Amino acid sequence: MGGKDLAHLAEGAEGLRSVPALLHRNATEFGNAPAYREKEYGIWQSWTWAETEKEIEALALGLLNLGVNEGDYVAIIGRNRPTLYWSMVAAQSVGAIPVPLYQDAVAEEMEYVLGHCGARFAIVADQEQADKVIEVQDDLHQFEHLIYVDPRGMRKYDHSHLHEFSHIQEQGRAAREEFLPELKRRREKLTYDDTCVMLYTSGTTGKPKGVVLSNRNIIEAAKSSSQFDHLRRSDSVLAYLPMAWVGDFIFSIGQAYWCGFCVNCPEAPQTMYENLHEIGPTYFFAPPRYFEERITALTIRMEDAGRFKKWLFDTFMAHARKVGPKILDGKPVGMMDRLKYALGQVLVYGPVRNRAGMTKVRVAYTAGEAIGPEIFDFWRSLGINLKQLYGQTEASVFITVQPDGEVRSDTVGVPAPGVEIRIAENGEVFYRSPGAFVEYYKNPESTRDTKDPEGWVATGDAGFIEEDTGHLRIIDRAKDVGQMADGSLFAPKYVENKLKFFPNILEAVVFGAGKDRCTAFINIDLTAVGNWAERNNIAYASYQELAGHPQVLETVQKHVEEVNESVAQDDMLSGCQVHRFLILHKELDADDGELTRTRKVRRKIIGEKFDDLVTALYDGSESVYTETEVTYEDGRKGKIKATLEIRDAKVWPVKPKAMAAE
Amino acid sequence: MKDTEGYVTADGRQIGGVLMEMKNITLKFGGVTAISDISFDVHEGEIRAIIGPNGAGKSSMLNIISGFYTPTVGEVWYKGEKRPQMKPYEVARMGVARTFQNIALFEGMTVLDNVMTGRLTHMKASIASQALWWGRARNEEMENREIVEKVIDFLEIQAIRKTPVGRLPYGLKKRVELARALAAEPSILLLDEPMAGMNVEEKEDMSRFILDVNDEFGTTICLIEHDMGVVMDLSDRVVVMDYGKKIGDGTPDEVRNNQDVIDAYLGVPH
Repeated sequence: MGGKDLAHLAEGAEGLRSVPALLHRNATEFGNAPAYREKEYGIWQSWTWAETEKEIEALALGLLNLGVNEGDYVAIIGRNRPTLYWSMVAAQSVGAIPVPLYQDAVAEEMEYVLGHCGARFAIVADQEQADKVIEVQDDLHQFEHLIYVDPRGMRKYDHSHLHEFSHIQEQGRAAREEFLPELKRRREKLTYDDTCVMLYTSGTTGKPKGVVLSNRNIIEAAKSSSQFDHLRRSDSVLAYLPMAWVGDFIFSIGQAYWCGFCVNCPEAPQTMYENLHEIGPTYFFAPPRYFEERITALTIRMEDAGRFKKWLFDTFMAHARKVGPKILDGKPVGMMDRLKYALGQVLVYGPVRNRAGMTKVRVAYTAGEAIGPEIFDFWRSLGINLKQLYGQTEASVFITVQPDGEVRSDTVGVPAPGVEIRIAENGEVFYRSPGAFVEYYKNPESTRDTKDPEGWVATGDAGFIEEDTGHLRIIDRAKDVGQMADGSLFAPKYVENKLKFFPNILEAVVFGAGKDRCTAFINIDLTAVGNWAERNNIAYASYQELAGHPQVLETVQKHVEEVNESVAQDDMLSGCQVHRFLILHKELDADDGELTRTRKVRRKIIGEKFDDLVTALYDGSESVYTETEVTYEDGRKGKIKATLEIRDAKVWPVKPKAMAAE
Repeated sequence: MKDTEGYVTADGRQIGGVLMEMKNITLKFGGVTAISDISFDVHEGEIRAIIGPNGAGKSSMLNIISGFYTPTVGEVWYKGEKRPQMKPYEVARMGVARTFQNIALFEGMTVLDNVMTGRLTHMKASIASQALWWGRARNEEMENREIVEKVIDFLEIQAIRKTPVGRLPYGLKKRVELARALAAEPSILLLDEPMAGMNVEEKEDMSRFILDVNDEFGTTICLIEHDMGVVMDLSDRVVVMDYGKKIGDGTPDEVRNNQDVIDAYLGVPH
């Protein structure tokens, strides 16, 4: 990056230094274009950019009226709704810092975050979220006012420090004369280095950390990524991923405000599929699990379809797998194949895309976890430009992305525009970019550990750059990569991902660091296995019962052995074959602390919690009795008791071969 | 009678005056006396429960309120007036809506259409107008749809709006029934065992909805329920029936400590 560029960066992108500034530009330049849509009372309601600016202004004035100071932290909790997006921008407009929280977090988790950032204000969606904040607010000394959007059920609450969203806006409008100069002053004062947002990382280990992202981080990341994928004003997205997650902030605020495209909010979490179908976004993001689920649902429906339809589907999907990705990448494909694909487009692919709400998708991304090659290819063969990216909160999402035409399921792409990448000697991936975070809030120690003075940030992931293509490949979390007793490489995630690619397996946890062999916990996928059980007249009352069914164990055993066969092919990782496994009696759950809120496995916590099971996996016993505490949705605790069968899986001989230098 | 004024509940809600009063109701089927000489009142804005063992005559009482049965002896007073003998649909027009113990929805119709039927008493357009989707019918349909959508939103059943009721699980059907009753914008809502056959989570949801309906719309609710925990938590006042007779009437605490009730219904502690 040259000196000229740096000077330009200090001024902001095209002179725009904050999200409120972008809002103002959008409202002035194309005020009549839609900015937000939300389905309510069965109808899509929409707001133009000009209307959005007015709504946000009213709220910002109301916040001033309420006494929000510059530098205050404003917690925002709830599902994706225009009002809550406005809340973030309104907070920024008055010089405060929005802190979105995961809406499914339990009260104690919220207490930690609210306490850590010292939030004085919280804007929440409804009674459910309000109750959680009220439950913990006595222990939060700085906390003052709570604003709620949906007034339902709130009437009987003590309203001395409780306000309805629309009332705050009304008060703001009423006091416009009085507060407008102050609002303007604060808005204009915002610089490129002021904090744009603070996002708490879900943290696979320890307490969540507050990642401070500046206006520069967000706007630069949004700008370069929008250019990379040619995003434009006419695009639209469906905002359904948690607002506390950096991806949603970049897509629904960063890129949306930079490009001026429309953010659509579903009616309710359960109506997401239907709303997706109605909106037909052009730009779409989903975790791998989503793409898996949709295929599982589709497969189940096709199993129930008539013989002809099933034949039609199978025939054309086989053809799509053969030529679809090639056509998408613009590679040469024969005339007959093209014709057949066109026919399939009319009969099968078009309808499937339409049902999935993907008809208009121009760019779709998946990230967060590795995606199964079959799943990835399935969507691409339908002609959907599904790509992978690799990112993290600290990078304002983008570290590497796959350019159009260079898409593969086993890499995560080339460095995103403006990002430099370095691989350390131990294989850990480092990056430096305009999007790289400022610091961890009130945690200089962690900041030092992660980001060096030259701006290089450690990702915590181990990987390597493919020499011929320049694509990055991620192996595993750097700290999870270990050694087995005999010194061979142990990369649990590599094996877990292979296991998870089977539709029947939802989650897997592989153990083996420092041991002579690997073992695994398995979670079955209740949708897929449940459907199988229904088809075969196997009655079951609960997850636990189905998980313990001998035929299920048999099936999973086959999957494990297939994985072992494939792992045995890899010279470096052939020691990671799973010798013994069990199917867990409960689904791993974020409420029990076993997964993060973004559904990543917390390996260490699981290992400690199910210590008795791990021991049994290694001591050769054939079954093990266990009791586990679980947390119900309302916070109550209960116990699950079970006797689990432990199975031995067939392993394949390791081919002795000279280690090739990687 | 006693307190025709309102009263204030334990949790501080102001309850209005008497909305409905049952005076000396007796109901006989041939030689069988289902209900004998029962009197009680329902105040505006309260949640009133009728409890009692099987065959106590609770559902019969609800059927009298909704106009399905005509009492052999006795009077029903509603909004300060004695109610003449009426057909159930006439009673419905006066603002009395109900749900049924064994769900009575149109299985083949969607949730939306089922809930729309709750608006039937409010529609006045002619068949011709409705068939042509013209003029009054069109405006009416839109106005009514708006109310129905608010109910759908309130009861959080947006995701199943277009699903045929026959495909829904039991707990959701119960909720759809409640939605249909609410769509009628009733002054008094009769719930016949709203929690029967539900699991704990479904019961919690339903309880919350009942409280929210009462709180948000100020709807007076009269319910029959077997689950004692639910009844005691939800209701402001309880009528206890046994073998067609009233054996107790008062707040949950009063009823709980009433020796007759304990003996007859809750069982004598061992």
